[in-house]
Amino acid sequence: MNEQSSGATTVHGGSSAAGPLDPIAEKVSACMQCGTCTGSCANAFAMDYTPRQLWRLVQLGEQDEIFRSTTFWMCSSCYYCTLRCPRGLPLTETIQALKRIAFARGTYRSNTSPVFYSTFVDNIRRYGRVREMDMMTRFFLRLKHPVAPLRFASLGVKLLRKGKISPQMPALFAKGKLDGLFRKVRELESES
Amino acid sequence: MKYLYYPGCSLEGTASEYDASVRAVMHSLGAELAEIEDWTCCGASAGDAISYLLSLALPARNLAIAEKQSPRTDVLVPCNACYLNLKRVDDHMNRGADIREKIDVVLAEENLRYGGGIKVRHLLDVLVRDFGPESIAANVKNKLSGMRIVPYYGCQFARPYSDADDPQFPVSMEPLIRALGAEVYPWTMGAKCCGAGLMTTKSEVALKLVANLLDGAGEADCILTICPMCQMNLDSRQDKASRLLGKDMSKSVLYVTQLMGIAFGLSDEELMLKKNLAVTAGFHAKLRSASSRA
Repeated sequence: MNEQSSGATTVHGGSSAAGPLDPIAEKVSACMQCGTCTGSCANAFAMDYTPRQLWRLVQLGEQDEIFRSTTFWMCSSCYYCTLRCPRGLPLTETIQALKRIAFARGTYRSNTSPVFYSTFVDNIRRYGRVREMDMMTRFFLRLKHPVAPLRFASLGVKLLRKGKISPQMPALFAKGKLDGLFRKVRELESES
Repeated sequence: MKYLYYPGCSLEGTASEYDASVRAVMHSLGAELAEIEDWTCCGASAGDAISYLLSLALPARNLAIAEKQSPRTDVLVPCNACYLNLKRVDDHMNRGADIREKIDVVLAEENLRYGGGIKVRHLLDVLVRDFGPESIAANVKNKLSGMRIVPYYGCQFARPYSDADDPQFPVSMEPLIRALGAEVYPWTMGAKCCGAGLMTTKSEVALKLVANLLDGAGEADCILTICPMCQMNLDSRQDKASRLLGKDMSKSVLYVTQLMGIAFGLSDEELMLKKNLAVTAGFHAKLRSASSRA
């Protein structure tokens, strides 16, 4: 694994405090630790905690340990665990909820996934549709990681040569296509 | 038959050959596609990682436009992730009045309202169920005799919503491949994950999945895909997968509609075959021998 601490790294919040984890703990309270999720997970080999272990930590309310873990960022939303869970628990949805909480807390070991997701969503707000080249450029700029773009350089050249991507001038100061929709979402979410 | 068409962002960029071949093949089959006017991104998997409400409001916006543009018309979606996101709107709206009301409030900002009940269909489901192997076979001009094809479905075509196929071992593409005169190359990895967005954020993890898939395709002449993300991952990392496994992992990876178009006698330009990163010389040779046999 190639995890590097390059983002916000402070983890805070006591493990006993009631909070955002409660509805999640409720969703997996029926988990009987059979491990079918782990056995079904395509990416379990790369996780620090397996999915089964993660659910146990959620049941125990071990917030610090959960958000120090990289497990939920490794989920590629294949829904295999959800399909096969003998308790019928919404595991993939719950992983997504953990990502949201981690994102809101701003506490994670590696900032790659959070920066990618937020850059992606920001591209939607700006243009309505994702402009792949613009999005990836902004992603690398925000990542501030000296080596990451190099890993994609040869692919980028291949894609440019094939005319699959084209450099587009980013609209730097224009009004976002979906500003209104995004504003309303934020309003409603801050109310609840 | 008329469909509202939701291409999705990738089909305007890195998957433009998918868009071109979908339009060309659907035209050959006599289907009418009307693009959803002013459609916007479905949110992909990023939307839900940031905001639950946003992850539903974004696809709901497109369904609301679809409903207004042409009521009771199925929405045709060629991308697995777009398909899942558009489909999950109705599922989640039916979970409670609270989320329904919130989606209404957000869409009102765009002067839209989504009443629910729009049928969202994956391209493959439409090809197999609405047209079927017989009408596909009737359009075949060049039988793909002797070609061995592995059908690759990816995850979100049949998971979590398995309306279109079996969620563990999907089979939809098999009669379609046979209708083109080709053989289905046996494998069991059709619904295994390609790593999806992890190819960007955790590339070493996704690369392992891709290498396993390419390896699993064995002696097949071509991997057939139905999703721009799967296609990109399988198509573009073959050099790295080869280095990882220490053997040549070159494999032709085509969109389902590109292979159909070849069999239908459409030109390489119409199907944008040059846009694919991996179409091997062996594949072209096999195509030539198939057409000389026909």
